[in-house]
Amino acid sequence: MNLTTKNRIVGSSAPRKEGADKLLGRARYIDDIQREGMWFGSTVRSTIPRGLIRSIGFDRRINWSEITVVTAADIPGENHIQLIFADQPCLADGQVNHCDEAILLIAHPDKHKLRDAINAVHIEYETLPPIFTIEESERQDQIVWGKDNLIKSFLLEKGDVNSVWESAAHIVEGEYRTGAQEHLYIENNGIIAEWSAENGVTVWGSLQCPYYVHKTLIKVFDLPDDKVRVIQTETGGAFGGKEDYPSTLASHAALLAMKSRHVVKMVYDRMEDLAATTKRHPSRTRHRTALDKDGKLLAMEIDLATDGGAYATLSSTVLSRATLHAPGPYSCPNVRISAKSWATNNVPYGAFRGFGAPQTIFALERHMDEIACALGIDPLELRRRNFLHIGDTTATEQLMREPLIMDQLLERALKESDYHARRARFARENHTSAVKRGIGIACFYHGSGFTGSGERILNSLAGVDVSPEGKVRVLVSNTEFGQGTNTVLTQIAAEAIGIDYDDITMATADTGLVPNSGPTVASRTVMVVGRLIERAGLQLIATLREQAGLGNKFTREEFFAACERLRADKGEVVALVRYEAPPGIFWDDDKYRGEAYPSYAWSVHIAQVAVDTVTFQAEVEEFWAVQEVGRVLNPVLATGQIEGGIAQGIGYALYEKVVMQNGHMANNQMTNYIIPTAEDVPPIHVFFEEIPFKHGGYGAKGIGELPHDGPAPAIVNAIKDATGVSFHSIPLLPEDLFAQMAARESAEAGDPGNWPSSTGWKESIAL
Amino acid sequence: MSESWPTIHFIVNGKACAVQAPPMKRLLDVLREDLRLTGTKEGCGEGECGSCSVRMNGELVNSCLVPVLQVGGSDVQTVEGLAMSGKLHPLQQAFLNSGGAQCGICTPGMLMAAAQLIDQNPHPNMAQIREGLAGNLCRCTGFMRIFESVLAATTHTPDPAPEESQHAR
Repeated sequence: MNLTTKNRIVGSSAPRKEGADKLLGRARYIDDIQREGMWFGSTVRSTIPRGLIRSIGFDRRINWSEITVVTAADIPGENHIQLIFADQPCLADGQVNHCDEAILLIAHPDKHKLRDAINAVHIEYETLPPIFTIEESERQDQIVWGKDNLIKSFLLEKGDVNSVWESAAHIVEGEYRTGAQEHLYIENNGIIAEWSAENGVTVWGSLQCPYYVHKTLIKVFDLPDDKVRVIQTETGGAFGGKEDYPSTLASHAALLAMKSRHVVKMVYDRMEDLAATTKRHPSRTRHRTALDKDGKLLAMEIDLATDGGAYATLSSTVLSRATLHAPGPYSCPNVRISAKSWATNNVPYGAFRGFGAPQTIFALERHMDEIACALGIDPLELRRRNFLHIGDTTATEQLMREPLIMDQLLERALKESDYHARRARFARENHTSAVKRGIGIACFYHGSGFTGSGERILNSLAGVDVSPEGKVRVLVSNTEFGQGTNTVLTQIAAEAIGIDYDDITMATADTGLVPNSGPTVASRTVMVVGRLIERAGLQLIATLREQAGLGNKFTREEFFAACERLRADKGEVVALVRYEAPPGIFWDDDKYRGEAYPSYAWSVHIAQVAVDTVTFQAEVEEFWAVQEVGRVLNPVLATGQIEGGIAQGIGYALYEKVVMQNGHMANNQMTNYIIPTAEDVPPIHVFFEEIPFKHGGYGAKGIGELPHDGPAPAIVNAIKDATGVSFHSIPLLPEDLFAQMAARESAEAGDPGNWPSSTGWKESIAL
Repeated sequence: MSESWPTIHFIVNGKACAVQAPPMKRLLDVLREDLRLTGTKEGCGEGECGSCSVRMNGELVNSCLVPVLQVGGSDVQTVEGLAMSGKLHPLQQAFLNSGGAQCGICTPGMLMAAAQLIDQNPHPNMAQIREGLAGNLCRCTGFMRIFESVLAATTHTPDPAPEESQHAR
């Protein structure tokens, strides 16, 4: 397809840049790559959740002379995975703190011999008592991390919540919980590593953030920057699950490569990937909310706790985003949020699309429905009375300067879903049907880009160059793993420069080739890095005009001729630009006050749910999503992002349960960790309202995480509408629905006026 | 040891091939390792995700569950055999236009399931598409773009994208 500037490339549904390769089966994922003389690596893991390693024995029935074995003692540099805290060992050294923690690595030329070898390693432990829950960690039953188990805490205060409790007309309390969730990217984690004394370490792999892996490898191997090279291969899904874990796996594969003197491939099978890698943090959120007689918010007191698992990984930053999304798109003069992430002996939890926001948004949007019920007002009306508007301030006292259209999004969602007619119909029909239908809503925002001063600290560098072969290359370390990075950044470059989409390629995300434009996380790529590419493209054109005689209007041939004139003069044709913060941005990291995010995407979700009161299966029958995400640069890709996020959110609410037994994931197979299939996902209707954000790439804001935030509360609110039963935790599989609905039925039989409230909101009216 | 392995003859993407392999070696591994047809992917290794779907004698199979011994004399088609004479198969073109592929790892299996479906039912309705693809998991798309791709490939109008009308411009 030839897309010219006359068509305006930005805003069109340009076909996926690497789409044909993927459709023809030509795209090369890590496990598709074979190297001459390559060995295969595998991992010996802890079988207990906590204890001291007393001895490691090697069964003599295995010929160990043909196997490379790596332990912590083989690590030339620091035995740490570098992320935020240096607390997580690359390989356990003397002690294990969670099940499936890596202790020892082995490599052999025949991958089929690895399993026998792993089974022939015998580790004796002195077990220590483990803890697995937030409550056990809070009580400090055991100290398993630092001096008090507390990985990170935040206290955010606006106004004075204590000033309103006595005078408030209503106070409503509630507690809400969310479970762990597995990313279940269909391609498991995998790395190929090469080592040489001369060139250091080179790794190829399925990963999101090449420079994160680079940062760990230089420390583990004690090498200078230029002796470590990290190259992303085609990546089959990530969703945050390949943000930090590849740093561990790359270290392992490279250690085996160094010791064996062979190229080593390590690709996890599904059971290992599920058992050993990160998941979404489980959470508990308590709300205490004061309102006046008209249902206007007076105070929100929110107490948040997450289970961080055995090591800190990204728990502190996940907690930060959870905190900043906890108060939702509402205006409230007094807010107090106390947030804590606690260590346990579970496998470390990590980044997953939404990054803490789905947890606290579930709590808040369920709580809003509980408040509406307690006050006897319509849940829509409660939200309308409290929405943030331009000129209001958020909980961090960030002034809302940009247009903010929650009312408009809500009205559009109600109209598109025919909300009122459906709700009335279900109320009529449910009396005579074993299948109870309901409709639920969630209103929310998602902050785009790194939190607070994060983008300034990242200080991203990105650009474009032109090769002598006549290709413009986009130079970024941001990666494609399905979201559309390649396509949209190419569209932006084509638009800025004014040449065809097909004349632009993406440079491989290779730390030896591309500058550090930051990680591919936090819904930042199109907004932040896209803006850098827009600026770089415009800078390139300006340079060609000033220094190589390019005219105001030009043909493709004139553009490339000017590039060659510039090359002859300067030796290269390149434009690199560095991040510049939008003006007027202020953030106080100590007080958690100021501009938490440069922009927010806003959304309203509506779910129609049917609950079968015979089988206790809840099914989402139809879903509507209305959002304002700045300018939509590629409608087909943007719609696909929203739909995919909603499907994951449906799984989070109704299907996906991580079952832990003594710290090990018991259902670590696709057979019994269930995600929504083609028959489970309902029709999803996606609508955009566009308000260009002037500091984002061609007006874009972040979009990737937003759609995962809303489905769970919308669905559980719909279940309440259908059944009258308030559920305060997810996931809700049939057995979970049964437990509570059956309890209610028996209570009804005994005393119909006194239904048990699940984990119990209560309302008190001030005297 | 390899001398004792049987030679198994079958057809892959229209070409005859002979593979000497342990009889219980998975068809998936024979395709990927012996024949270097790496378009077929492994997602779970237990027949749940459908990423390794190929067509064998006109049936859709999970190649991770098929020992190569069973493949002798069979006619196997993989994703590499879909495109004909340098042009994308109509399904591939529709997936490209309608956003049916995101990360791409489920895509080869999804395409084989869709090809099987439309061979048996050239004009499937939405319920039939959902049923036909129910054995293939996608974690990226939420399936909507995939359904639309299959619908587009089975209707005569070459330009899909009915969703455009939904966008507030």
